[in-house]
Amino acid sequence: MKHSPPWLLLGLAALALAAFPLLGQAFYVELLAKVMIFAIFAMSLQLLAGVAGLVSLGHAAWFGIAAYTLVLMAPKYHPANLWITLPAAVLAAAAAAFVVGLLVLRTRGIYFIMVTLAFAQMFYFVFHDTGLGGGSDGVYLNFKPEARIAGHLLFDLGNSTHFFYVSLGAMAAVFLLLAAIRRSPFGHALDGMRANEQRMRALGFPVMRYQLAAFTLAGGLAGLAGYLAACQFGFVNPELLAWHESGNVLLMVILGGLGQLHGAILGAFAFALLQEGFASVTRHWQLPMGVVIVALVLFLPGGLASIAARLRRPRS
Amino acid sequence: MDPVTFLIQSLNGLQYGLLLFLVASGLTLVFGIMGVVNLAHGSFYMIGAYLAFSLSALTGSFFGAVALGIVLSVVFGLLLEWALFSRLYHRDHLDQVLLTYGLILIFEELRSLAVGDDVHSVAMPDFLSASIPLTDTLSYPVYRLFMSGICIVLAMSMYVVIQRTRLGMRIRAGTSNREMAQGLGIDIRLLFRFVFAFGVALAALGGMLAAPVSSVFPGMGSQVLILCFVVVVIGGIGSVWGALLAALLIGFTDTFGKVLFPDYAGLSVYVLMAAILLWRPAGLFGRA
Repeated sequence: MKHSPPWLLLGLAALALAAFPLLGQAFYVELLAKVMIFAIFAMSLQLLAGVAGLVSLGHAAWFGIAAYTLVLMAPKYHPANLWITLPAAVLAAAAAAFVVGLLVLRTRGIYFIMVTLAFAQMFYFVFHDTGLGGGSDGVYLNFKPEARIAGHLLFDLGNSTHFFYVSLGAMAAVFLLLAAIRRSPFGHALDGMRANEQRMRALGFPVMRYQLAAFTLAGGLAGLAGYLAACQFGFVNPELLAWHESGNVLLMVILGGLGQLHGAILGAFAFALLQEGFASVTRHWQLPMGVVIVALVLFLPGGLASIAARLRRPRS
Repeated sequence: MDPVTFLIQSLNGLQYGLLLFLVASGLTLVFGIMGVVNLAHGSFYMIGAYLAFSLSALTGSFFGAVALGIVLSVVFGLLLEWALFSRLYHRDHLDQVLLTYGLILIFEELRSLAVGDDVHSVAMPDFLSASIPLTDTLSYPVYRLFMSGICIVLAMSMYVVIQRTRLGMRIRAGTSNREMAQGLGIDIRLLFRFVFAFGVALAALGGMLAAPVSSVFPGMGSQVLILCFVVVVIGGIGSVWGALLAALLIGFTDTFGKVLFPDYAGLSVYVLMAAILLWRPAGLFGRA
């Protein structure tokens, strides 16, 4: 498997994205920001599913927990302080992932898929049934967080242009962080565990600790995406943690290509494109989406990132 | 809790657990024998419930609807296995998750196109609509006893088929070692096809039986799917008896959880699952 991402293409894509708000298409600026948030979410799952080989179907739990953390911490009548709420939200998501990771990492394969799904559903019910976060109606975020340095306003997430650049910056930062992790000894160890867990254990690697670290980190990064999503939507409800969200983000990862970091970004964009495209044609957009998914599994097992490799391969 | 309330809640827990078993047993068989994780299993339950709704309007009889519904769901299962699932056996779990997730989207939208997104109720047969009075104010509906009865009869017939017949022997052989069973001349492909269709029919039957009690609504499939996953996780993959025990445990936990801790009712089942995972990561009857 090729590990080094196509840096030149990615750099150009980032520049194109950075120039996009200059066109002044407010609707598309917001849509792109949303897609970039989902790209962060998908990359966090890529670390787990593609690198560590742990396919989780409950990843929306961490996304939702961070979103709720922001909204529950936010003051009612003035903007929240980003420097406090962002780390708190990410830490809350990572802490929850750590505790659940201790339990779910005792299982493998099909079990892991089902158990992560079930725990995510448990968190769904925490917010749905208890009075903690407004029940099934959710809570509104009255003021979007802002970042100040020494009293001077650095950026305000209520401003959609500021929000766009913060999301772009966050996506780039997460990409660079995960690319660095892939190249680090930690990343190589995770690769090894995906390929052959027994052998890594025999080599003396504390497999459980590495996997728990990956699970916690992935939870925290999903929390970053959830924090940004709560800022953009302006409200949270239990549906953020629903298993359809976990399914969709897994779909993005696989759509883009499992194991390729940039595949997760590609997958998030492809998913959004398909969703917007189908939704503009029919209210029942999930029907063509489902057909595309089924066709993808049957006919394109490597995801979108594999198309380039397939084209390059000479036909016999 | 007074004894009569306790009796009523126990019967409810039993009935809920048995219904869950009916749906989950198909899921665990498909896991155990074919190694396929099927997210669309909850959709079969949903389809069953909607079949009960549309067919009982068409035929005018609940039992006519159930009979016709079972035939249709077996045929549907055979077709689905032939067209899609048979291509998944040698793929990894991720492909299976993805394809069956796509199927859920398709089934839900087809359901929405065919019957809309409204909540419907299904009339139960007249002779089962009575209640047995227990005290002056409390009574127990006959239909729920009937459901439990059907589930018990089905569970017992499954036991007989799996443990006492040649077919059951082949199914057990397929579960414990697919290649070896094939090597000994068992037509695994055919066996798979029928086991799969049988699982679809069981889930659909669960939906049909539940329809008069729970009404018929769009999200019913995923609700049941996740509970079935919990059943399979607790019981151990592939173990039908584990599924029975786990389903009953969940039925009672959920029912009494709702009575004793109404604010946290949705959580009780998952707390149970977490506790059992800590104790036995491969489930009660699972092979580690």
